[in-house]
Amino acid sequence: MATEMNNVGRPTRLVAGTGAAVETFTGNRALMLEEPLLFERGSLDTSGVDLPPVPPVPDRLGGLARDAVIGLPGFSEPEAVRHYTRLSRQNYAIDLGIFPLGSCTMKHNPRLNEKMARLPGFADIHPLQPQSTVQGALELIDVLADWLMKLTGMPAVAMSPKAGAHGELCGMVAIRAALDAKNDPRRVVLVPESAHGTNPATAAFCGFTVENIPANARGRVDLDALLARLGPDVAAVMITNPNTCGLFEPDLKTIADAVHAAGGYVYCDGANFNAIVGRVRPGDLGVDAMHINLHKTFSTPHGGGGPGSGPVVLSEALAPFAPIPFVRKTAKGLELVEEDTAGTQAPDSFGRMVAFHGQMGMFVRALSYMMSHGADGLRQVAEDAVLNANYVLASLKDIYTAPFAASGPCMHEALFSDDFLEGTGLTTLDLAKALIDEGFHPMTMYFPLVVHGAMLVEPTETESKASLDQLIGAMRHVATKMLEDPDAWRSAPHFAPRRRLDETQAARKPVLGYKDQAA
Amino acid sequence: MRYLPLSDADRSAMLATIGAPSVDALFADVPASAVLDGPIAGLPNHASEMAVERALVKMAAKNATASTTPFFVGCGAYKHHVPASVDMVIQRGEFLTAYTPYQPEIAQGTLQVLFEFQTQVARLTGMEVANASMYDGSTAMTEAVFMARRITRKNKCIVSAGVHPHYTSVLKTLTRFTGDLVEAGTPALTRGAPGDDLSGLIAAIDADTSCVVVQNPNLFGHIADLTPLADACHKAGALLIVVVTEIVSLGAIKSPGEMGADIVVGEGQSLGAGLNFGGPYLGLFACREKHVRQAPGRLCGETVDASGKRGFVLTLSTREQHIRREKATSNICTNSGLIALAFSAHLTLLGEKGLRHLAALNHARAVQLAERLGRIPGVALLNGAFFNEFTLDLGREARPVVRKLAEKGVLGGVSLGRLWPGHKALETGMIVAVTETATDEDFDAFEDALDEVMA
Repeated sequence: MATEMNNVGRPTRLVAGTGAAVETFTGNRALMLEEPLLFERGSLDTSGVDLPPVPPVPDRLGGLARDAVIGLPGFSEPEAVRHYTRLSRQNYAIDLGIFPLGSCTMKHNPRLNEKMARLPGFADIHPLQPQSTVQGALELIDVLADWLMKLTGMPAVAMSPKAGAHGELCGMVAIRAALDAKNDPRRVVLVPESAHGTNPATAAFCGFTVENIPANARGRVDLDALLARLGPDVAAVMITNPNTCGLFEPDLKTIADAVHAAGGYVYCDGANFNAIVGRVRPGDLGVDAMHINLHKTFSTPHGGGGPGSGPVVLSEALAPFAPIPFVRKTAKGLELVEEDTAGTQAPDSFGRMVAFHGQMGMFVRALSYMMSHGADGLRQVAEDAVLNANYVLASLKDIYTAPFAASGPCMHEALFSDDFLEGTGLTTLDLAKALIDEGFHPMTMYFPLVVHGAMLVEPTETESKASLDQLIGAMRHVATKMLEDPDAWRSAPHFAPRRRLDETQAARKPVLGYKDQAA
Repeated sequence: MRYLPLSDADRSAMLATIGAPSVDALFADVPASAVLDGPIAGLPNHASEMAVERALVKMAAKNATASTTPFFVGCGAYKHHVPASVDMVIQRGEFLTAYTPYQPEIAQGTLQVLFEFQTQVARLTGMEVANASMYDGSTAMTEAVFMARRITRKNKCIVSAGVHPHYTSVLKTLTRFTGDLVEAGTPALTRGAPGDDLSGLIAAIDADTSCVVVQNPNLFGHIADLTPLADACHKAGALLIVVVTEIVSLGAIKSPGEMGADIVVGEGQSLGAGLNFGGPYLGLFACREKHVRQAPGRLCGETVDASGKRGFVLTLSTREQHIRREKATSNICTNSGLIALAFSAHLTLLGEKGLRHLAALNHARAVQLAERLGRIPGVALLNGAFFNEFTLDLGREARPVVRKLAEKGVLGGVSLGRLWPGHKALETGMIVAVTETATDEDFDAFEDALDEVMA
């Protein structure tokens, strides 16, 4: 093999060679690094934390000392940092590129938010400190609550729910408590068939019977079917607006008026609030309760699956039933209404949702984001989010089946089905996996359930036109090639840290933890 | 605006592609009565990073922080030192800005962390399996009670008086509509064993009992051998649910699994999370393998990929709401992924050796302080056995004492009057937590301040 040599023997360019696939000793492929499990590498005798010595005092453990080996290996600090850094590189993330996961609102997470949440005055205070020592924390909750009420046009907000589904639960418990206070036995909750699965799960949890309402040909709630079902047994309607097809429900006010006239309540799933924030207030549409995912609309990071935060805005009718604790202004300052004062300040409260006051760390991040954008910026957020989604819809609808594009613009997310792949044997899953090879996180797949092989693309407002053009280009490329030569597209991804994983095996014989001799 | 990349020229070009005359046209479905013409009144407009930081720093400065004060507050949230590298790990954008691992081929980082986390939690609690975390300890406890009902097909839940009253309150809120019956007692300031009465719990078990819920160490810091209680539960066909709010304790005391627990739930805040005024925290949930299909929350499992390499996926999702809808085992969608990472990284840094050292240090320091405070005239230490938290009987209402201590710059504990308002017999109690972060100077300051307040 001939190589050009410099004067100390080091080749300065590759002159010949095939580049054929090489199996490496380590299983690594340059920057694509394999990482063993902590339990395969760590040692029970290694620690990456230095602690002061334990004072020699007789123990008072009552004979309950833990003698047996626990089985928790440790790493020194450099090993630990490397372990997690190497693992991190097997993840896709917003910081790496567009994450167009419909209904999840994967927008940029501003780093100012992280910095503010780590201020000791917020991060290093205890939920049970005397209230006089946490007036700034109560102020932050109070200011954030004020923003949320103004942005939604609602008179009250419960701050403690820990996530969207937890907020739903709070709202539905409030509705149930309001009905019980009137001895009203109605128990049916109407849920559109396009609803997120948490809606029926939450309603059932509160002792309601769930009935589905069909969608119409335009992807909206079938108004006639819903109105026809209203009656003395209907406790509430749960509607997502904009809905899970990415469409605004134009009849929500009409529905709300009819539900109220029939003695029921309107729960709005606010997961998609990002599309309308600053432009439409749900309070103007007759909503009684709506949760707000701070981790979607207000940019708190998703963290690989939480923590979220799901405050719930409430109407006058439901406000008295809101959970404790909550912040109240008094002549002496801010006060947390807890068990001791609930009897006088919140006699109808349905109780606690969580041990403490909710997701303070998320509150700080969300307020930092809101103050950064301001009322004018948040309006622009909704406009750009909707513009970006419509741009994607318009740029793909000649190839991808867009079931509702004929009925007008979408809101913040564009919905496609895999009908255009019919006859190829390929489905939405194959297309999504092909996008992984293109360097994208795929869109939401197979949700909502109302269209076949749903692909729900939510770009969010923090994507540039160049970023959208790249995604659109890749989606057009993949779809075109799939229609030309389907057989080449059944096994993607090829270039990800892992090929397709066997989910059937995982579920049939679950291995949910590492097993070794030391355990 | 710094978070919005589109220029006006971009917007015009994109509208042209869409074929819409204006952005307003994209909102055509909004009824005219609900259209807002301009920014919402009463809220400020956008602000620079500098301005936002200034405003929030000012707010934060009004709070007394744990690190700058002699600090002994516990009761479900604990001030522990979190290594700097833990915060570095969770700020990696690949962890911080990822979603739930729905596309496992490009989420192996998160998934492997969850698999390691589940293994760590199972071993720590002495159980066979653990889930990928829940919102917090209180919601995890509530889910455990529902799980016990599903398994036993019985609906009476007996909650020990030593369980954190906020946890019991959450349980009561969510069982109002589910048909579960909750029997919860009132604690007593019993010398030697404050809080609950295990023999009373055993006596209360009957044929309708689905589960007994007990906290260890209990709210008052007391630790007990739960084996007789577990035996009594199992004899009656009921499950024992053990709540652990101070997870560091499991580096020193026998695990709930070793004492016969069927489900262990806990608050994982002590490792990795920091105090954060109550959240985000970390719900821990572990159980026996035979019950895992009735467990709530996400589970990560091992499998192989198409080329035979080991990999991890979310599994057993047929229990979950996105598939089962109204028949799901729980309505929960999110877990507490990033805090689970922080917990796991902190525990990995400690390792077994470090955890045992940390636990021993917490215990020894608590013993030292308990003995000092117990010598103050009028103050009685109620605990016989404890880990890093104990209850003092002050012989007078404790709530004003806690406030007076705060005025002297000492955050000295939690009064039982705050947690159990209206219970005269409890109002003299104060619960004190001691961790590795408290110095000898902090001990001196606390002892002096309490001495003065009691005098």
